[in-house]
Amino acid sequence: MQKITRDVLVEKAVSLLENGSVSCVLGWKKGEFDYDITPAVFESKEELVSDFIFDDFCGANFSKYLVQKTRKVEGKILVFLKPCDTYSFNQLLTEHRFDREKVYAVGIPCEGMVDIGKIKAITGDGISSIVCGDTIKVNTIYDESFDINAKDVLLERCINCKSKKHVAYDELIGEEGEVIESNRFDEVARLEAMTPDERFAFWQNELSKCIRCNACRDVCPACTCEKCVFNNPKSGVENKAPANEFEEKMFHIIRAFHVAGRCTDCGECSRVCPQNIPLHLLNRKFIKDIDSFYGEYQAGAEVGSRAPLVNYTTEDIEPCDVFERGND
Amino acid sequence: MQVKEYKPLIVAFCCNWCSYAGADLAGNNRLNYPADVKIIRVPCSCRVNPMFVLRAFQRGADGVILCGCHPGDCHYTSGNYYTRRRMALLFSMLDYLGIERERTRVEWVSAAEGAKFAATMNDFAEKVAALGENKRLEDLRCKK
Amino acid sequence: MQRIGVFVCWCGSNIAGTVDVVAVAEALKKEPGVVFSANYQYMCSQAGQDLIKQAVKEHNLTGIVVCSCSPRMHEATFRKTAAAAGLNPYMVEIANIREQCSWVHKEMPIGTEKAIILGKAAIAKVNLNVPLTPGESPVTKRALVIGGGIAGIQTALDIADAGFEVDIVEKKPTIGGKMAQLDKTFPTLDCAACILTPKMVDVAQNEKIRIFSYSEVTEVKGFVGNFDVKIKKKARYVKEELCTGCGACTEKCPMKKVPNDFNLNMDTKRAIYIPFAQAVPKVATIDPDYCNMLKNGKCGVCSKVCTAGAIDYTQKDEFIEEKYGAIVVATGFNPISMDKFDEFAYNQSKDVITSLEFERLTNAAGPTAGKLLRPSDGKHPEKIVFVQCVGSRCDACNEKGKEYCSKICCMYTAKHAMLTRDKYPDTDVTVFYIDVRTPGKNFDEFYRRAVEEYGVHYIKGMVGKVSPEGDKLMVQASDLLDNKQLKIEADLVVLAAAIEPDKSARPLATMLTASMDTNDFFTEAHPKLRPVESPTAGVFLSGACQGPKDIPETVAQAGAAASKVIGLLAKDKLTGNPCVAHSNELMCNGCSSCERVCPYGAITYEDKEFRMPDRTTQIRRIAVVNPAVCQGCGCCTVACPSGAMDLKGFASEQIMAEVDAICK
Repeated sequence: MQKITRDVLVEKAVSLLENGSVSCVLGWKKGEFDYDITPAVFESKEELVSDFIFDDFCGANFSKYLVQKTRKVEGKILVFLKPCDTYSFNQLLTEHRFDREKVYAVGIPCEGMVDIGKIKAITGDGISSIVCGDTIKVNTIYDESFDINAKDVLLERCINCKSKKHVAYDELIGEEGEVIESNRFDEVARLEAMTPDERFAFWQNELSKCIRCNACRDVCPACTCEKCVFNNPKSGVENKAPANEFEEKMFHIIRAFHVAGRCTDCGECSRVCPQNIPLHLLNRKFIKDIDSFYGEYQAGAEVGSRAPLVNYTTEDIEPCDVFERGND
Repeated sequence: MQVKEYKPLIVAFCCNWCSYAGADLAGNNRLNYPADVKIIRVPCSCRVNPMFVLRAFQRGADGVILCGCHPGDCHYTSGNYYTRRRMALLFSMLDYLGIERERTRVEWVSAAEGAKFAATMNDFAEKVAALGENKRLEDLRCKK
Repeated sequence: MQRIGVFVCWCGSNIAGTVDVVAVAEALKKEPGVVFSANYQYMCSQAGQDLIKQAVKEHNLTGIVVCSCSPRMHEATFRKTAAAAGLNPYMVEIANIREQCSWVHKEMPIGTEKAIILGKAAIAKVNLNVPLTPGESPVTKRALVIGGGIAGIQTALDIADAGFEVDIVEKKPTIGGKMAQLDKTFPTLDCAACILTPKMVDVAQNEKIRIFSYSEVTEVKGFVGNFDVKIKKKARYVKEELCTGCGACTEKCPMKKVPNDFNLNMDTKRAIYIPFAQAVPKVATIDPDYCNMLKNGKCGVCSKVCTAGAIDYTQKDEFIEEKYGAIVVATGFNPISMDKFDEFAYNQSKDVITSLEFERLTNAAGPTAGKLLRPSDGKHPEKIVFVQCVGSRCDACNEKGKEYCSKICCMYTAKHAMLTRDKYPDTDVTVFYIDVRTPGKNFDEFYRRAVEEYGVHYIKGMVGKVSPEGDKLMVQASDLLDNKQLKIEADLVVLAAAIEPDKSARPLATMLTASMDTNDFFTEAHPKLRPVESPTAGVFLSGACQGPKDIPETVAQAGAAASKVIGLLAKDKLTGNPCVAHSNELMCNGCSSCERVCPYGAITYEDKEFRMPDRTTQIRRIAVVNPAVCQGCGCCTVACPSGAMDLKGFASEQIMAEVDAICK
């Protein structure tokens, strides 16, 4: 489905590596299965040629890796950024989380990534091989084969893609896209329209699936704290596993609040959640509220913009009035 | 054994300069409000971390109220403006999760508004009492 | 573990009437950390305090909880008691069982139960208290006054009078400001120059005061008591120390067509000039935009005629770095531009002027030597129309003007009208107004004299349009009281233009991290109780930079600002509030969230090298709180995503311990 091939990216990476512009490359590497692509650091042409992947499973957003990587690597790091990744990239720059000078960012177009969960729902377990394309060809160990239309199994975040525009890059491969009017808040609005009891039941059901694997936090490009409050015994909220319903909620409320105004809605949290909890619906609630209370704000659209929670106007909405507005 | 009468537990965070003084004034004027309301003094309403609010619910509070100087009158010029944004978003989120919205409140009470302080606490305590015990955001291990 | 003493006060029957103090003392004795518990009738009395001191010694207490009246009442008292007993004063916490318990609850069991809970919360907090020591910082005993108008002059004189050194930075070649351009001053009609110029001379002669004229502040670092300021002294191409101010150069300079800004460009000056006769410092300045010598190297007349040898065409901008303990902002105001007010034909007709221009036209030192003559043809105007509130009190949606009242226009318009009628009784004077606002000492009397004794026509209504017709101006206006439209012929129209803060104020506010309102007026630390202090410690406000003001108010505020500065400079050391924010550098992300919400500019960043567990080093950006500037609001602690920022005295752990104690 992707318009750009892996070879173009490998060629770009090899040339930048070989002419010394960059000292390593952040890219996607094949994992155990065709669909579990993992982020990797490539340091040589050989590694790139043999292991570099770019296909419909390359959802991983590398922005976050720059925080630690730029501190450790001498020279520049080449990073490939899809449009949605560039927002996280900018947001991290706004928060001074890495040195822009140490990064060479190549913007690459994205046609949307696919959701392995949706594929497995069709094929069942036991996938032995997947070949990406507009039609995804899946074979299973049970000698079954499936042809799946890639558009039918897109990740939620790609169905509701908010932007094909790269807001940051040193070099762009392909054409500049546009910000898209998406329907990403529809699901939030649907929940808002429910009764409190229904909402409670919905979230109780969803959040009780949480196994506290921390994948959402670990993948989140807004969660780059030197020490996470959930690992800090003095924070009062430290816990490693949710002992009960309260802690399931506590973790997710605090996490959502911590990234409120800074979350770019990259959707990584939902993508990596092994329990398929729609975590993006928490973050999007904050984004929707921020947009409607304080004016539209897209985190990461510009470097240096003042996040809504470290800003105010004297005419802001009162907390007692938010419910009337929220239920419009 | 006699069933214990239900009494809501309310935590009120009050800023030192306006609302805490307003609470003192309510006392000076002998204005009654329920003893269920327990005040915690903070320098400014902006000192109240959302985690404190959740903590109170976790430990068994039935309602949490923040009181600060009126917008524009903050002793620190802008603290309550940040409070207003933070709590507007937090309370909206709690509501979104199905937590009863009457359990949370922000109220601006000046040092001169002893009567408003008492009236606010009476009203809030009444609304929270009507909801009954906080079941949706409680930590059973923290129950008595 | 702390060794805590609990002291329950009866406050006579104020507490003991509804709270069983003995039961409270007994119950709290069982709390963790508590080693001593007592109750007493009046803890705040000498005997009560002695009881505390004695218990501290006998039981080796490390923390104290007093269950008594509001901490707003006696926290300071009990902290002193603790200090007297050798404890750190910040190891004391108060449980407010009077105002917030015994006085609001009527039944003994309820009051007692709540008092115990409040006591437990205070104990839980004290268990986590740590001794705090207020930071100290030295004070540079010198003040900087930015702006040399009447506000700056008065502030500088008052500070110098108290024996402290003061520097004035003025961007114009002379001090004096707007007041030097005025003719007479309301409501007493003293001549402005007669009361201002002696003060200017006082400034020049005062050994404690230095004037940096033709200079600007370009950089401010540091904090209260310790500001490092960079001042740019612009090249005036004349050696200040040599120039005698004789004025020979300003007469011989062949470049005569330089707009004279001191007279609001209604006449011309030379390329080398002294703004006015009483200028301080009385030193010539060359305007590089017009000087032929500077532009193309041809001329040099001034250098030839200068017997003092003061002319220096090669002079460069000079930068001065100086330390100050306090900074006073006195940047003043300007009338707003009339460019957007086409309806008044300001740009079409020379005979439509602003009030400040009128001021120059009636000033004996002005372009007409004090004769009121029309700018267009030099004739005496027979009919003059004054228009008030031009650009003041506009709708918020009106982009041309200002929402606020400029405050001074009613009075100076009455003054102009009165003086015109006094000097030229045959002149017909009409004033259009929305309201006449005269709330000052002798102000209303003054206005009424203009109407009653001098026969000025005051018409309530706004002028809609002024249109030049031949050598006349047609003024269309409404008379709201008679409810009719008027069309008046005038020879001169004077617009009372709104005033706005000087344009230099905004960048200065950024440098000082001092806050401004939406109109670019500086904000006070408190609108009622701290009107001459900026929220940024060590920065003070004088004059119209804070809001529209007339001269008496400006001088009063200038004196008030000076007294605040003197109070600060009189101290050898500043003792801060120890309850300030501090950042745990190991947890800090350097993300700037805290810096953005800090109203005081107390947070800066530095790159710090960290030794990592794998023996490598990393350089990370971390926040640093300046305890001398932090006021302890705690806003940063919540803005901080990692929880690196905490507030001493109100630490997150302490507040959560209180929450836990209350909710248990």
